[in-house]
Amino acid sequence: MNEAKKLDLQRQDMPKQPPHIRRSNFKEVALGYTPALAIREAQRCLQCKKPFCMEGCPVEIDIPSFIHKIAVEDYAAAIRILKQKNCLPAICGRVCPQEEQCESKCILNRKGAPVAIGRLERFAAEWEAAQDRVEIPRAAATTGKKVAVVGSGPAGITVAGDLVLLGHEVTLFEALHEAGGVLTYGIPEFRLPKAVVRREIKYLQALGVRLVTDYVIGKIKSLDRLLEQFNAVFVGTGAGLPWFLNIPGENLNGVYSANEYLTRMNLMAGFRFPESATPVSKHKRVAVVGGGNVAMDCARTALRRGAEEVHIIYRRSRNELPARLEEVENAEEEGVIFTLLTLPLRLIGDAKGWLQEIECQQMKLGEADASGRRRPIPVAGSEFRLPMDACIIAVGNSPNPLIPKSSPDLETSDKGTIRVDEKSGKTSKVRVWAGGDIVTGAATVILAMGAGRIAARSMHEFLVREG
Amino acid sequence: MFKITERRMIVPNLQLMTLQAPEIAQVIEPGQFIIVRADPDAERLPLSVADWDRDAGTLTVIFMEVGASTRRMAAMNPGEFIPTVAGPLGKATEIENFGTVACIGGCYGIGSLLPAIRALHEKGNRVIVFMEARSRYLLYWQERLAPYCQRFFSITRDGSTGSKGHAGRVNDILREEAIQPQRFMVNGCTFLLSKASRELAHYNVPVIVSLNPIMIDGTGMCGVCRVSVDGRTQFACVDGPDFDGRLVDWDELLKRRQQYMNEEAFLVHDSGCGRSER
Ligand SMILES: Cc1cc2nc3c(=O)[nH]c(=O)nc-3n(C[C@H](O)[C@H](O)[C@H](O)COP(=O)(O)OP(=O)(O)OC[C@H]3O[C@@H](n4cnc5c(N)ncnc54)[C@H](O)[C@@H]3O)c2cc1C
Ligand SMILES: Cc1cc2nc3c(=O)[nH]c(=O)nc-3n(C[C@H](O)[C@H](O)[C@H](O)COP(=O)(O)OP(=O)(O)OC[C@H]3O[C@@H](n4cnc5c(N)ncnc54)[C@H](O)[C@@H]3O)c2cc1C
Ligand code: SF4
Ligand code: SF4
Ligand code: FES
Repeated sequence: MNEAKKLDLQRQDMPKQPPHIRRSNFKEVALGYTPALAIREAQRCLQCKKPFCMEGCPVEIDIPSFIHKIAVEDYAAAIRILKQKNCLPAICGRVCPQEEQCESKCILNRKGAPVAIGRLERFAAEWEAAQDRVEIPRAAATTGKKVAVVGSGPAGITVAGDLVLLGHEVTLFEALHEAGGVLTYGIPEFRLPKAVVRREIKYLQALGVRLVTDYVIGKIKSLDRLLEQFNAVFVGTGAGLPWFLNIPGENLNGVYSANEYLTRMNLMAGFRFPESATPVSKHKRVAVVGGGNVAMDCARTALRRGAEEVHIIYRRSRNELPARLEEVENAEEEGVIFTLLTLPLRLIGDAKGWLQEIECQQMKLGEADASGRRRPIPVAGSEFRLPMDACIIAVGNSPNPLIPKSSPDLETSDKGTIRVDEKSGKTSKVRVWAGGDIVTGAATVILAMGAGRIAARSMHEFLVREG
Repeated sequence: MFKITERRMIVPNLQLMTLQAPEIAQVIEPGQFIIVRADPDAERLPLSVADWDRDAGTLTVIFMEVGASTRRMAAMNPGEFIPTVAGPLGKATEIENFGTVACIGGCYGIGSLLPAIRALHEKGNRVIVFMEARSRYLLYWQERLAPYCQRFFSITRDGSTGSKGHAGRVNDILREEAIQPQRFMVNGCTFLLSKASRELAHYNVPVIVSLNPIMIDGTGMCGVCRVSVDGRTQFACVDGPDFDGRLVDWDELLKRRQQYMNEEAFLVHDSGCGRSER
């Protein structure tokens, strides 16, 4: 560490849309650093000889170097360093849980003011996009090897990007009509503008990746058929069927899974209805069940769709909320009501099958359970009802069932995730690799990318050796 | 992009469309469906496949104009292209030699039963076909189904041809003809599926219905297509669309189908057959 440098603990805030304005529009909440703010923040980095921050980044970005380049206003160099390890910096800079990853390990975090690595990463990526001439790295000489990547979420994007640069011929198959996985259909516009995702997909195509949308592997073509045409296959099919609470009334009208609600709003651009055709009902009182990032996204989306009152119903207390603190705070500022220590017991509808009320029970916290969090226990006789006309269930997903179902020889866990060798991403089926949420269950963008990177390395070794 | 090679009204409000989709045509099986979009802004629209030609690489669908998406599709012409044809989705219909199979089709379901009827016939089943409609002028494809079925009956609500009445008439006809099916298959609007399931339950044989709940992705991701079957939640796009209608919670399903009624009211100008029946 550079001892001579005086510690600057003034972390630069990122400008945001004020809560009362942003709660009624779908534009991005966080506006990004200006160059002046970015430079000032970058100058706070101590350029550690032993940068702990890098240990916290699953794709091992050379953090001090890219930050140094921002500090000296060489943004082109900064983005080049980022892209050596991360093909999606504009996305990771926005949605990585930095407080648990890179920033948690930053030496300045000990003083409570880590360098805002994510914001700087985003800044560099936005600078590049604004230049209107994104650098396209030259791919290695073609190897003549063909790779199929199934699923165009962050895992698939990473594998496709890495392998195309190594000279392989890559085809990326996507079941939906638009590429990007959860980045496109799940994470809302106000946190991750779809234009950013589209830009990254375009970049991938510019590198030479062939994108085939509306193509459901396992249905139109089995893995075995793919293996006849391709030397290797990567499966990154992500999350599948949503979990419900298994309480009465979950099939009432007005009850959505988070996936349905968000897909209608994002992929189908429901927020533009009626110009776009997919309807999303306008509800007055909306309850979102769950406490993770997905629940926060649903709640904040419902507000923007014009709900008068939006509740997060969560069975533990605020301390146990699994969502990022930043997202909880954003939701609170916008006026989401946190109905904590509350467990829904049943959903009650009217004669026409529309949700009217949610019967809940009060909980209190008991001893810590296996997860280390205090276990919620019901308070006897505390039942109460909340009048609601919509309820969004955001309590997680099982892995996408299509590929495992159509390839019985692909080994899966009892949870339905695909089993792989962690060091290589290899599945039990020869010439098939897998990674991302389909392997780990719901995780993060950067972990999916990390898994993609590992698989790509192993696939490349295989392809040059014998494929 | 997928080319439309044919589009015409076969009976009032029912459109027949043939699409160039060679890869799907190669592998599709009876009972499966596709999802189409008419243009880059359009909703995803699930449609059963009523026929295909593996050599020509085409799929044929029959759809009713009920709302915004079907209306947009109906306005398209041969030679035009649509951006999405995804499939084949859902499980294929179970086809075995069951013995005698009675197939009941109404509105688009007359057409979407053809592939199963043909396959059942090829497996050596005795296939009895019932076509159901409001009136004679809404029936179609008699000549296409004829080669694959032993007996053929029409039921019209106004009695303009065949027997007068509803799906419930199937019971009378089977009794009069002393036919004892080992299985029923029903395709058409939810109303017909539910009615037939209730009225045929007493035979104690499977009443296989092709469910058509609201769908978005069709790949088992969003959960909107959930239906309660035998007390368990099933997802029609991956666990179906075929289910035994005797086990389906019809009240719930009929209510769920109307979820978007309010919003769509101002996009829709006239009603579909399902609604006028209800
Ligand atoms: C609402 C929401 C908010 C989130 N917020 C964050 C966040 O802030 N930060 C963060 O780090 N993580 C977040 N996550 C988690 C993160 O998005 C996921 O962990 C990540 O996207 C997983 O990537 P993946 O590549 O494994 O799969 P996915 O992104 O799920 O992509 C899989 C793709 O495969 C396609 N596919 C599936 N089956 C087939 C098939 N048979 N053939 C062809 N294609 C197929 C799917 O259509 C999909 O496009 C969030 C998730 C959600 C749902
Ligand atoms: C697996 C599957 C297969 C299907 N196969 C066919 C097919 O082969 N041919 C066909 O015509 N339709 C079929 N459908 C139904 C078809 O997808 C819907 O009719 C279509 O989505 C309506 O879209 P829309 O935008 O035109 O109408 P929307 O604007 O979505 O709906 C307009 C109104 O009509 C109601 N409605 C929608 N569909 C129906 C229906 N089928 N019966 C009665 N009321 C309805 C809605 O609740 C709404 O109120 C199938 C559905 C599924 C899930
Ligand atoms: S990719 Fe994520 S974890 Fe890595 S440096 Fe960037 S924000 Fe931090
Ligand atoms: S980001 Fe933090 S840990 Fe990393 S080099 Fe800078 S000061 Fe050190
Ligand atoms: S249509 Fe989305 S899960 Fe079936």
